[in-house]
Amino acid sequence: MATPDFLLDYLPILVFLGLALALGIGFLAVPALIAPSEPDPEKLSTYECGFNAFDDARMKFDVQFYIVAILFIIVDLDVAFLFPWAVALFNPELGTDRDFQLFAFWSMFVFLAVFAIGFLYEWKKGALEWR
Amino acid sequence: MPIGTAAFLLFSAAAILSGLMVIASRNPVHSVLFLIAAFISAAGLFVLMGAEYLAMLLLVVYVGAVAVLFLFVVMMLDVDFVELKQGFLQYMPVAATVAVVVVVELIMAVAVWTAPSDAEIARAHPAPRAPEIVADPAGPNNIEALGLILYTDYAHYFQIAGIVLLVAMIGAIVMTFRVREGVRRQDVARQVGRRREEAVELVKVKTGQGI
Amino acid sequence: MGVFETLSFFVPELLLAVGAMALLIAGVYMGERSARPIALASAALLLAACVIVLLTPVGGGQTLFAGAFRIDAFSSFAKAIVFAAAAVAILMSDRYLAGEQLGRFEYPVLIVLAAFGMGLMVSATDLIALYMAVETQSLALYILAAFNRDSRRSTEAGLKYFVLGALSSGLLLYGASLIYGFAGSTRFDEIARVAAMGGDNLGLAVGLVFLIAGLAFKVSAAPFHMWTPDVYEGAPTPVTAFFAAAPKFAAMALFARAMSAPFLELIDDWRPIIAIIAVASMAVGAFSAIVQTNIKRLMAYSSIGHMGYALIGLAAGTAEGVSSVLIYMAIYVVMTVGTFACILMMRRRGGMTEAIADLSGLSQTNAPFALILTVLLFSLAGVPPLAGFFGKWFVFFAAVNADLVWLAAIGAVMSVISAYYYLRVVWIMWFDEPAPAFERESGPVLGAASSISALLMFPGLVVFIGALVAAAEKAAASLF
Repeated sequence: MATPDFLLDYLPILVFLGLALALGIGFLAVPALIAPSEPDPEKLSTYECGFNAFDDARMKFDVQFYIVAILFIIVDLDVAFLFPWAVALFNPELGTDRDFQLFAFWSMFVFLAVFAIGFLYEWKKGALEWR
Repeated sequence: MPIGTAAFLLFSAAAILSGLMVIASRNPVHSVLFLIAAFISAAGLFVLMGAEYLAMLLLVVYVGAVAVLFLFVVMMLDVDFVELKQGFLQYMPVAATVAVVVVVELIMAVAVWTAPSDAEIARAHPAPRAPEIVADPAGPNNIEALGLILYTDYAHYFQIAGIVLLVAMIGAIVMTFRVREGVRRQDVARQVGRRREEAVELVKVKTGQGI
Repeated sequence: MGVFETLSFFVPELLLAVGAMALLIAGVYMGERSARPIALASAALLLAACVIVLLTPVGGGQTLFAGAFRIDAFSSFAKAIVFAAAAVAILMSDRYLAGEQLGRFEYPVLIVLAAFGMGLMVSATDLIALYMAVETQSLALYILAAFNRDSRRSTEAGLKYFVLGALSSGLLLYGASLIYGFAGSTRFDEIARVAAMGGDNLGLAVGLVFLIAGLAFKVSAAPFHMWTPDVYEGAPTPVTAFFAAAPKFAAMALFARAMSAPFLELIDDWRPIIAIIAVASMAVGAFSAIVQTNIKRLMAYSSIGHMGYALIGLAAGTAEGVSSVLIYMAIYVVMTVGTFACILMMRRRGGMTEAIADLSGLSQTNAPFALILTVLLFSLAGVPPLAGFFGKWFVFFAAVNADLVWLAAIGAVMSVISAYYYLRVVWIMWFDEPAPAFERESGPVLGAASSISALLMFPGLVVFIGALVAAAEKAAASLF
């Protein structure tokens, strides 16, 4: 596999990943090799004052948290479309012409208008308010 | 071994292993963590292919948002995952058969991966503007190349994607939002707009009579 | 071609998209009481789109958006039926939703958005366009299946549909990516060109298998039918009525175009697959329906069987075959809408009933209702001289002409077997002890929908069959 030039930009990340991996494995491996080991079931039992835990930590959760999370994902995806547009639209190096810029501008305008309608719907519906 | 090949092997092995662990691990929280590992490895593969923007999207959208939502759900939700896994072994033979069939098909497909020579012409033909951009090493990078075609040549897909997201928004609200009755909320406009007459009443009380 | 000139070919879809957004905003501003006016406006919107499609001449067809979509006689035929079926589905749901406290304005808006997706589906001539259109439609359908979110069965239906639908979309995309890898293009005409170049097309065929699996899921053909009975039973009945008509037609039209436009050269590869799927669907439909006690589940298996018959026509792989698919599906849509209108009329004091046993002795308590349902069930069974028989006749005829006599023979046998369970329902209605009567008052829409479709099965047929066949033949010819 030929290595294109741009991949060299990512070399530090690769080095970082390798380092993280080595450290992570190292910290797991070294204690296993040299630390004293005397297993005892009491060491793993819950350390707690009073009575033992009698319930799972999982419970029914207010659905409102999910609404926020789901709406965030949708907005996140909408925003993802903005980056290439912002980078390409008026970039002098790309040599885009006026027609391209106008078309891409209005294209994004329509897209954002659709998004705005969804947003307006959410807002008027009251889904963005915490209660 | 060139470093690119090494990275490819590393990322693809990590992707496959963590994908396997997603379904194999007993603890659902671990499953989600392995899923995140699989996403990150896939992002690494995207970078190696030159699709840098897609790699970033994978990190931002999938790792940053989707996986976190998954984690939130499996950590908080009151679901008995051991019960859900019942019958896993029972369906295993069927699933294994399907998997073997698919693998055999894929091997067949890869074995004949010699597109007809004329297909090369078709390959270079369809997408307007795109081939020159990809072919030029000094040309625009991945995100710029996307920006050059996504909003003009492929504006129709872009707008349909907008509609799909709108449907998703409606769906999220229809499925989960409900109006609560009897919740007292702060209404800032009413608070600010309140006048003295509505709030305070001055009463002259005659001595000895009360109100 | 300029932007606006291109868009002028998509006036119906634009009308639906813009209209849906306007209605969404109108609904949210009007608040609680907006469900009914928004539903009526949505139905009007869909009917307007249908009329525009019918009135717009398409000529020899027009390829638009760099080969992503094609407006031709085929897409117009499919759109007209899909939009009309969606409009009727909205009108039919009015009473039920109000009765079950489900009257919310999102419901018709989602149907309009789904119809928008279906309009794109039937005109898609590019794998990416195909996928985007299918997703637009499916996403709206998943939400509709779970629309009664307080009902366990409805949410289960929605979840099941969503998970399996996502799986099938994955298969579809995987097949599309393999096809792209071999053909070098996602456009149908380019794929057809590469396929025609000869050479070893095994790679294309493997991609095609995955594509067929994904599409077979969307039309709910066996062995990808598992979701259908549960979704049909769990979803609110008007939603089921909608699912059984418009999306089925759109998916089948998409299937027909995706097989015949790009892959006609590979017909020897896909014909056996389609034939096997058709036989399996007919068998599942015929045998599983016998033991059902719930009328909605019965209709689910019935629809699986009907998809099998329609796929026989597709397996023929000729213009005649595709036109027979269109005729069959058009008649099927009318029959199924009428039958679901009848199911929606099965209301007693305590609410809706869905058991077949509730129909027992209907002829004595409500003779007109029993008569209408009998005609529709006879037609679904394919008893001559009703329309359902003609649909099957065209399909079998196309198969015989394409040297698929064995397939037509199996189809004939299966339709005899499946006649049993339709006739069983008829027997229960006419000869069993009467169950408590249904409420008489069911609103004008349901009565009209069921009686019109029953009328179309027999006397109306004589008037319309010629026009239907001519339109379907013209539509099918535009694919070849």
